[in-house]
Amino acid sequence: MKPKSVAVVGAAETTRLGKIPDVSVIGLHADAALNAMKDAGLKPSDIDGVATAGVSPVELAHYLGITPTYADGTSVGGCSFMLHVRHAAAAINEGLCKTVLITHGESGRSRVGAGGFGRAPSSLMGQFEMPYGVTSPPTMFTIPVLRYMKTYGVTEADLANVAVIQREWAAKNPRASFKDPITVDDVLNSPMIAWPFRMLMCCLVTDGGGALILTSAERAKDFPQKPVYILGTGESVETPMVSQMEDFTSSKAFRVSGKKAFDESGIKHADVDHLMIYDAFAHLPLYGLEDLGFVKPGEAKDFINERNTAIGGKLPLNTNGGGLSYMHSGMYGMYALQESVRQMRGTAAAQIEGAKISVSHGVGGMFAASGTVIFTNEG
Amino acid sequence: MARMLPEPTPETRHFWEGCRDGELRLQRCTECKHSYFPPRAFCPKCASREVEIYKASGKGILYSYVINHRPRPDMGTEPYAIAVVQLDEGPRMMTNIVGCPQTPEALVLDMPMQVHFAKQTDDISLPLFEPAKG
Ligand SMILES: [Zn+2]
Repeated sequence: MKPKSVAVVGAAETTRLGKIPDVSVIGLHADAALNAMKDAGLKPSDIDGVATAGVSPVELAHYLGITPTYADGTSVGGCSFMLHVRHAAAAINEGLCKTVLITHGESGRSRVGAGGFGRAPSSLMGQFEMPYGVTSPPTMFTIPVLRYMKTYGVTEADLANVAVIQREWAAKNPRASFKDPITVDDVLNSPMIAWPFRMLMCCLVTDGGGALILTSAERAKDFPQKPVYILGTGESVETPMVSQMEDFTSSKAFRVSGKKAFDESGIKHADVDHLMIYDAFAHLPLYGLEDLGFVKPGEAKDFINERNTAIGGKLPLNTNGGGLSYMHSGMYGMYALQESVRQMRGTAAAQIEGAKISVSHGVGGMFAASGTVIFTNEG
Repeated sequence: MARMLPEPTPETRHFWEGCRDGELRLQRCTECKHSYFPPRAFCPKCASREVEIYKASGKGILYSYVINHRPRPDMGTEPYAIAVVQLDEGPRMMTNIVGCPQTPEALVLDMPMQVHFAKQTDDISLPLFEPAKG
């Protein structure tokens, strides 16, 4: 896409985050969508493009009373919304539609109107992974990490420190689920989930949602909010089976998606003021920093331990508190995008003074898919 | 509770028949010689349909793992390792480790492993791995 040709003109999360037992999944999509439409000063009849994952774009359009000329149901896990942004930008530039609504909603904790987790026993995962007792993401997403740790000399304390620094950011955010300070020892003494992962290295399970509205940069200036322009986007997928990743020390989907977004944007890593890396588990920021090219392979642990990603550091990372401390309904990518937009609007709880470029990087499945979006507030 | 078992498809049946008969069967491209897993009727490297099934050595190394402390209901009550073994022929596969304590001290990365077929039903034996002897 052409950098800065499309902008975010509406962005909002659900009215509440956390435990929302009185709202169903589609209700969370709608709540976020209504908040984003209010933010943009739009009615459903002003929207002609819809995109979502988890529920179908048909269900979303019908529920909200939208008749789209563009519908995207790309569903590749938690980074689906990064892909929706990329596809929406292309669709707007191609004239398929003018105004795209992207929604997320999930009853991760309360499970109201939510489907179950499972794979057909005849699928590849069902045949070649499920029989060995994988349960939920903590037993799959985590599979490569011991190889990564052995290759680069990463310790359990290094993993724990990722969670500690995320919590420091969360303390600045009134909407974060967990705000109390934690230490490396607290993380290493928290209940064992799947060795080497302890509970405080794993994301929260919450209810919530979020929505974005995109339109052409040309039209964006007429909206009530300061436009947040899209500079570059990338996407890729690797494998539905974590055991079949090409390299356990690096995600191919991350590398391909990140490079595409940086190439498209024309920026250098040093230009980035703010970074979101989908942190469903404590190892993901390590992989993300390396695979996006902010540091060389094996250097991420020192980069984090030296507090470069912490408050006051040169590369503020996961400033909302991340999936580890802010919230995580299952497909966290939308919340990373929301925080990037807030930082670019200058309205984040832990606002980075003068930030002009924000990178939002997502993962889907267990290292299965990836999407990257680079934002700027300079038109 | 019976263990969750695979349902073979036409493309994977040879693999599961091999496990039942005590052989770890891989596939190899006869054009580019690439060995691959999981099974499919063509080479994922060069797209050739000229592929053959062969008996693998059943040897490999412990590549990575986690120890699940929240056992799935069909997996008993004790923590167990969910492991990935890198086979000598190249491909990696997920498995469980047997004949060895399920602890970080006993499960050392890169240790040599050998396949062990664990019969589940008349049709399905799961390829598990144990530390190589000798
Ligand atoms: Zn081939």
